[in-house]
Amino acid sequence: MTGLLALLSVILIAIIAVQIGKVSELAAKIRGEQEMQDATNRRQGNYMMIFMILFLVFVIGISVYYQNYMLGFGPHKSASEHGSSLDSLFKVTTFFTGIVFFITQILTFYFAWRYRGRHGAKAKFMPHDNKLEIVWTVIPAVVMTFLVVGGLDAWNEVMADIKPDEEVLEIEATGFQFGWNLRYPGPDGLIGEKNFRMIDASNPLGQNWKDEKNVDDFLATELVLPVGQKVRVRITAQDVLHNFYLPQFRVKMDAVPGMPTYFVFTPTKTTEEYRMELRKYPEYNVPDPNDPEKMLWETFDYELACAELCGKGHYSMRRLVRVVSPEEYADWAATQPSYYLSNVRFTDADPNKDKLFDSEINARKAEFQQGLDQALSATDAAAKRVALKYVSFTTGGAELTPLSKYELDNLAEAMSKNAAMRVELAGHTDSEGDDAMNLALSEERATAVQAYLVSKGVDASRLVARGYGETQPTDTNDTEAGRANNRRTEFRILAQ
Amino acid sequence: MATVVTTPRTEEDVLIEQLGYDDHFHDHHDGDKFRSNFLTTYVFSQDHKIIAKQFLITGMFWAVIGGLMSLIFRLQLGFPEESMAWLKPVLGKWIEINPDSGMGSLSPEFYYALVTMHGTIIVFFVLTAGLSGTFSNLLIPLQVGARDMASPLLNMMSYWFFFLAGLVMFASLFLSTGPFAGGWTAYPPLSALPQASSGSGAGMTLWLVSLVFFVVSVLLGGINYITTVLNLRTKGMTMWRLPLTIWAFFITAIIGLLSFPVLASAFFLVMFDRGLGTSFFLNEIYIGGQALDHVGGSPVLYQHLFWFLGHPEVYIIILPAMGIVSEVLSVHSRKPIFGYKAMVFSILAIAFLSFIVWAHHMFMSGVNPFISNFFVIFTLIIAVPSAVKVFNWIATMYGGNVRFTAASMFAIGFVSMFISGGLTGIFLGNSAIDIQLHDTYFVVAHFHIVMGVAAFFGMFAGVYHWFPKMYGRFMNETLGKVHFWGTIIGAYAIFWPMHYTGLAGVPRRYYRFDTFQTFSHFDELNKFITIAAIVTFAFQLLLVINFFYSIWKGKKVTVQNPWGATTLEWTTPIRPGHGNWPGKIPAVQRWAYDYGKDGKEFIPQIQPLAEGEADGGDH
Repeated sequence: MTGLLALLSVILIAIIAVQIGKVSELAAKIRGEQEMQDATNRRQGNYMMIFMILFLVFVIGISVYYQNYMLGFGPHKSASEHGSSLDSLFKVTTFFTGIVFFITQILTFYFAWRYRGRHGAKAKFMPHDNKLEIVWTVIPAVVMTFLVVGGLDAWNEVMADIKPDEEVLEIEATGFQFGWNLRYPGPDGLIGEKNFRMIDASNPLGQNWKDEKNVDDFLATELVLPVGQKVRVRITAQDVLHNFYLPQFRVKMDAVPGMPTYFVFTPTKTTEEYRMELRKYPEYNVPDPNDPEKMLWETFDYELACAELCGKGHYSMRRLVRVVSPEEYADWAATQPSYYLSNVRFTDADPNKDKLFDSEINARKAEFQQGLDQALSATDAAAKRVALKYVSFTTGGAELTPLSKYELDNLAEAMSKNAAMRVELAGHTDSEGDDAMNLALSEERATAVQAYLVSKGVDASRLVARGYGETQPTDTNDTEAGRANNRRTEFRILAQ
Repeated sequence: MATVVTTPRTEEDVLIEQLGYDDHFHDHHDGDKFRSNFLTTYVFSQDHKIIAKQFLITGMFWAVIGGLMSLIFRLQLGFPEESMAWLKPVLGKWIEINPDSGMGSLSPEFYYALVTMHGTIIVFFVLTAGLSGTFSNLLIPLQVGARDMASPLLNMMSYWFFFLAGLVMFASLFLSTGPFAGGWTAYPPLSALPQASSGSGAGMTLWLVSLVFFVVSVLLGGINYITTVLNLRTKGMTMWRLPLTIWAFFITAIIGLLSFPVLASAFFLVMFDRGLGTSFFLNEIYIGGQALDHVGGSPVLYQHLFWFLGHPEVYIIILPAMGIVSEVLSVHSRKPIFGYKAMVFSILAIAFLSFIVWAHHMFMSGVNPFISNFFVIFTLIIAVPSAVKVFNWIATMYGGNVRFTAASMFAIGFVSMFISGGLTGIFLGNSAIDIQLHDTYFVVAHFHIVMGVAAFFGMFAGVYHWFPKMYGRFMNETLGKVHFWGTIIGAYAIFWPMHYTGLAGVPRRYYRFDTFQTFSHFDELNKFITIAAIVTFAFQLLLVINFFYSIWKGKKVTVQNPWGATTLEWTTPIRPGHGNWPGKIPAVQRWAYDYGKDGKEFIPQIQPLAEGEADGGDH
């Protein structure tokens, strides 16, 4: 029905159009072609002038109306250091092109009106004027040179990569269908290697865990940047082209699979400062439709968008961007857990599960030393024991796991430093299984520890290995966590 | 066979008979031995005039399709909360109905397919084939004084390859996985990997096949245009006496011949990547839960190949429009085109520069920023010849006796549009400003005005101006003027506001804007643009109605030269047969722009120079 109506109205319009046409042709016949053409020239010439005025008024009006949304105008000043040079280039270009725009538009329509045809009037025969041609070749050429020089000056400065010794925060943004993975370097300030073939469910970026730079890298759900800090974003893509676009910072760069790109910029305004700017403008003093309690300026946030068509979800690749004070950034960064340590370390996917990194060795050494010092200084005999937290064995067996050796090395070192020290090595189990077997197993394990220490040069006479089985639990045997605490190896200081 | 001359003998006929060149055309039995039945006259015709009409009408068909597509996606952008369930009968599964609310929404995949098809169709099928194909075919033989193209057979094949391209593209609209949806530029990896987008499956295959046929069509046409202009000019028609239309078509064809094969090569390499496991444009991709084996290629390489055509392509589109506008403006101002040689040199300069600016589309693509320096310089240099052309058009009207017809008004509108769109190019060509404006609505506004609307204006000017030559009847002038005003007002209403959304940072090719706070300030403006687009589209139907009505019912042309033009096409009979001139081919005596000279309103090109008269072109 609707379709039929639509069709009928189209036909009706067609008929009306044809009739209008016929009437005008008839009128031309009656009035005479030339007289008719003169009248047309007059009328259409006038329309040209009216159109010109309305058009130019429209152009000025809409520019004024939307001025607070324009690049570099109103609150839309760049929030980055380099952005202001872009904004001023934009203004300079607007100035020059604006002049040309008004002059040429006015001349076009004015001449059309001024030289509208009149029957019997003669046109000037004016085929060329070389002087004029030179003038209007040279003037645009000069203006263009001016714009090119200004533009390239800004461009080469903006796009320059960092110098080798420059202090910079390098982060990595990886576009995928449809979102961004944001990776921070962690305390070492370095982003680890990645390889697209290593990507899987537990490794969204394909980070190479053999690269120690990856150990402290963390992934963030929002882009947090310290104000005033030079940032180098390494931009990569996982599947198709994307574009890393930060509108308020004048940052835009394609993300290309297999070819990392970069953009260097320095944010100059915190989110809070930008909000305060917006607050001055009426456009932002209206309630936020999504949160009517608050004004638009209050809910404003910087955003990261995609600006290269990447598929059906292209329009939805939003990430929140927060620019904060350096202190706030440091606090935030400190609370971000390393992806590797919290998701990958010591799982099957960890290629380093059988060894410790230097940082971990040092941390454990310090922890061991602390426990040892406490025990050494304790006067109560019961407190002169230290749990060897990181010593473990194959399940149900008495073979030391590779990681246990780091801890035992610490003990061996302590004993070689303190020649008077004698210790009892004590094995404990949980209550699962046969009592006698548990006792035997704990004994075997204690002996294995002793054997290792002997192999590290500790005199066997300074070591007593003893299995206690399940007789000395430190925790409940009813829960798995408790049982895990009960399965342990300790040493007790007998003499020092 | 003097009986062939059916029109009354005019001064022109006499001049042709006295001074013309006798190529013994009569002996060929009215030229076309194949002109024997309906099929060979109207369908598989080798007459350049019929082929021109075929290009034009096919182009109009595609313009309507491409325009309607833009209305659908404009509805989505202007009224994202309105139900589109009413489109379900047409779009089927691409309208997803919410079972609870009954709200029908356009699927994002199809939105992107519409955007992609709109661009592809308008750029290639309408503004390349429909514009250059139509007017190069119609005017080159008529204005250089040739019986037909150098190879009428290749010329016919050029159309039918275009037709085939259209057929394949049309078929792709009905695929269950949808037509290609990765943008008209078809950047890999999105276009190369069916996993990346459902339109990149069979839709992309058909897209590629269609455009390869299209490239063949352009090459067959172009080689013909070039040969015809170089070899089939009539006696006395030196290069410096060619009308600017011919210069424009000639240079356009050369640009096309040099750049389209590069596009074809890019397409073939994409096909290899898609089908043969090569990695020209693919590198280190993890998609759909799988790491692909493609390594070592570069997606940026495709962009270089694409834009090596892509940028010249915009001049392939705009140069013919410029040529038409130069001619129409001069004829209807009753004045010579101002600075004929400057106009020719600007066309040559633009054509040359068009080949060394392509990477200005790629400032933000990850190419070395240092390289961009050169492209900025060349890009902004191109503004100079463009400015020269604008000043010359304006100067052409100065002191004239401008006759307002639909054709001349569209030519004036073209100048206005070209200024508006050209000036914004100065922003975008400057790479530093392009950092912010790249891929925003500012770009959309820029290229729609300068190569979309402006090129359409050139095409409309040409249609209104040469319709009498095509069909022996006039189009209705009143409807034409209504069409003009509706279009210029509508086009500015659509595209001018987009500059501001672009300056606010709103990216193009977004399915909706409310996903980002930064981009969601323009709901009212987007509604306005959508309504303006619908109204403007409706005004285009006036052209379609006027066109087809006038073919059969338009006012008959009663004089050979209704506009009082100097060029050769107006010395043919009102309805020229295949071969164009019934007797001798006219010999050219002077340049094409003697309007208002020596007190005469115009002097046709076939009029001999008077004693001691210098040819207007010689300066």
